[in-house]
Amino acid sequence: MSANTTILNLPEDELVHPGNRACAGCGLSILYRVGLKALGRNTILVVPPSCLTVLQGLYPIAATQLPCLNVTFASTGAATSGIIGALKAQGKTDITVAAWAGDGGTADIGIQSLSGACERGENFIFICYDNEAYMNTGVQRSGTTPQGVITTTTPISGKLQQKKDVPAIMAAHNLNYVATGSAAYPLDVYDKIVKAKTISGPKYIHLQTPCPAGWGFDPRYAVKIGRLAVETGLFDLYEIDHGTFRLTGASLKLLGKTRRPVSAYFETQSRFRALSETQIAAIQTQTDEKWAEYERKMAAE
Amino acid sequence: MSDATFACKKSHSEPGPGDAGKTGSWRVLRPIIDVTVCIPAKTNKMACFNCWLYCPDGVITRTIPPTINYDYCKGCEICAEECPVDAIQMVEETKLIKKEK
Amino acid sequence: MHVIESGNVAAANGVKLARAQVIAAYPITPQTPLTEKLSEFVDGGEMKAEYIPVESEHSALAVCIAASSAGARAFTATSANGLLYMVEQIHWAAGARLPIVMCVVNRGIGAPWTVWNDHQDSISQRDAGWIQMYACDHQQIIDTVIKAFFLAETVSIPVMVCYDGYLLSHTYMPFDVPEVAKVDEFLPPFTPSYALDPGNPANLNTVTLPDIRPDVRGNMAPGYMEIRHNLHVDLRRAMEKIAEIDARFQKIFGRGGNPFVEPYRSEDADFIAVCLGSLSYQLRDVVDLLREEGLKVGVVGVRLYRPFPDQAVIDTLSNAKGIIVFEKALSYGNQGALFADIKAALYHSPQRPFAANYILGLGGREIKTEDLLKTFRDACNLNDAESDTPKWIGLKL
Repeated sequence: MSANTTILNLPEDELVHPGNRACAGCGLSILYRVGLKALGRNTILVVPPSCLTVLQGLYPIAATQLPCLNVTFASTGAATSGIIGALKAQGKTDITVAAWAGDGGTADIGIQSLSGACERGENFIFICYDNEAYMNTGVQRSGTTPQGVITTTTPISGKLQQKKDVPAIMAAHNLNYVATGSAAYPLDVYDKIVKAKTISGPKYIHLQTPCPAGWGFDPRYAVKIGRLAVETGLFDLYEIDHGTFRLTGASLKLLGKTRRPVSAYFETQSRFRALSETQIAAIQTQTDEKWAEYERKMAAE
Repeated sequence: MSDATFACKKSHSEPGPGDAGKTGSWRVLRPIIDVTVCIPAKTNKMACFNCWLYCPDGVITRTIPPTINYDYCKGCEICAEECPVDAIQMVEETKLIKKEK
Repeated sequence: MHVIESGNVAAANGVKLARAQVIAAYPITPQTPLTEKLSEFVDGGEMKAEYIPVESEHSALAVCIAASSAGARAFTATSANGLLYMVEQIHWAAGARLPIVMCVVNRGIGAPWTVWNDHQDSISQRDAGWIQMYACDHQQIIDTVIKAFFLAETVSIPVMVCYDGYLLSHTYMPFDVPEVAKVDEFLPPFTPSYALDPGNPANLNTVTLPDIRPDVRGNMAPGYMEIRHNLHVDLRRAMEKIAEIDARFQKIFGRGGNPFVEPYRSEDADFIAVCLGSLSYQLRDVVDLLREEGLKVGVVGVRLYRPFPDQAVIDTLSNAKGIIVFEKALSYGNQGALFADIKAALYHSPQRPFAANYILGLGGREIKTEDLLKTFRDACNLNDAESDTPKWIGLKL
């Protein structure tokens, strides 16, 4: 993809009002602000319960300047179908319909309805902001919480299971566009959302959004930590455009280079405090294997 | 056909700032931009603006010099951390408030 | 046009004539043929609608909620466990004041599994804030569906049109399919008070606080409790509209009347049977037979269950000596829900008849006319003291 957006030509128009209830240093806030710039004002949003519900404001004031339908936790995908159907029935075909859901609302309780909407080929963008636990309810483990992480429901040993690979699940629906992004690289996310708007059918974008309160770090490091996740090769920026996988931006630049050790990422956050040396070594091996596969894939092209 | 006396009795929120009030009151440290160091301020060129890009609350302007809306700045310090030339200093609010008095 | 068709086909024709714009469809017995018929209408070009084949009932109502919020006339249908899988959305649709119409083709709920008819499914949702109407035959099914859209959109409250699984859904009866032009005259296109619109952005169903708060202009907005209070008040007020709409329908189509309760030979009756759904028509035969025996009996079918038509209940029942409530549902551990409601309505009437409660037909257990005859006859000899505990008919212990 051509990353043509820079800090200087990113649209000025702010679609999220300040004075909202997001925590200081919220990774979601960074990408919600930039993401709505990419979606533009001619958009209808669908939002299930999550931190975003709180960020967008308590009745009767909304921080979000786009029309938005708040829906039940499990129904985001189906609700986008309903809006699209209603717009079609009224001959309104130029409006973008986009869902913003958290990791629980996407990977766990929301996956059935998301999968259904994708199977039906609805023309919408589904954006998952992954802060890797149920943050709005106070940091409980989710399907996308990484292995070893301490949450309030994995309080001592950390989560035993691995992170669910949601973009891969979505790619298995044969979507025309699947992409990942990070709060540390807002311009990359902006370009991916803008690109998604030009592609028909369901589009899925998975965003990593560091969470100071839930991950255990000082808010000032929210962007730094997002960057570290990418630089250590733990969270990768890529897109799958009509079936073709390619690394993008900062992840693409890591090809052929020595990545920073995963331990550099783990030591910045208290949620990883239960990880043993053996576990860290195993995750390093897994990460190295994943990157060896990337190198092979890119070399083959 | 919908009867106006029955209609629209639902949670219907309208966009507006400050849903959570003046969130500047959350701040412990205040970011202060040193215009002698800040790249756009110093060079008088549209450049850098990392602070504007990364501000989660959109309270920094992409102007020369950048300005910060202290009514709503939550004091997260991301701007200070992401400034490539360390032009943003975080100063304790208590000291500033004393001085301002 | 007169046709001989099933109850599900009657409902589907009503939805077609009402020009529903978005249809969410998920199969469940005995509702499935309704959904199939609608797909045939849409796929064959007879009906212009977005037909969305969802992956669950929870999603079916999610589609309707979103479609209605975006300004479209929305319909879905379900039964039994499908209805229960929707429960969260049922309450949501009412709280969001969306004029969705849903057919509930009544079926017993598991466990154990049953696909046969009783009323436990819709009765379990009586407190959700929806309007609930019960049809007794095929003509009532098609007419009620058409009226339900008008009503829902008038009062901004969703409507369930309930009818008996198999007994009505799968049996064939003659009924009149109204003319398109007349239905168009009766039911204009949906004009929502607000529809999701980028040109006029609003954030719907946001989080509320316990107390009221000012809006962006500084005016106090109603809070959660006020919104819920409005729903209740508007449900009660909806009864006036139901009467008006029924009268208008009657004027255009020449049939209707009794949208609240449907009395049969009850005017001078000493003992009146009360029930929901098609059972009231079976009880008409029983009433005729008992009248031949010299017993002054009648039957009242309750057509509108929520909002509960107290006044109509008082007007039709309070002069009788005894009320016998037959129910295909039960508030487990207490008594029949309809029974409790009828008794509550009669509490303030000057002359309070005794009331007896019979539970029957659960999970499709056959309701024999001879059993009804015997029960009704015996019930006429009951006295107040022994009447309050529900008795079961057709139970084989």
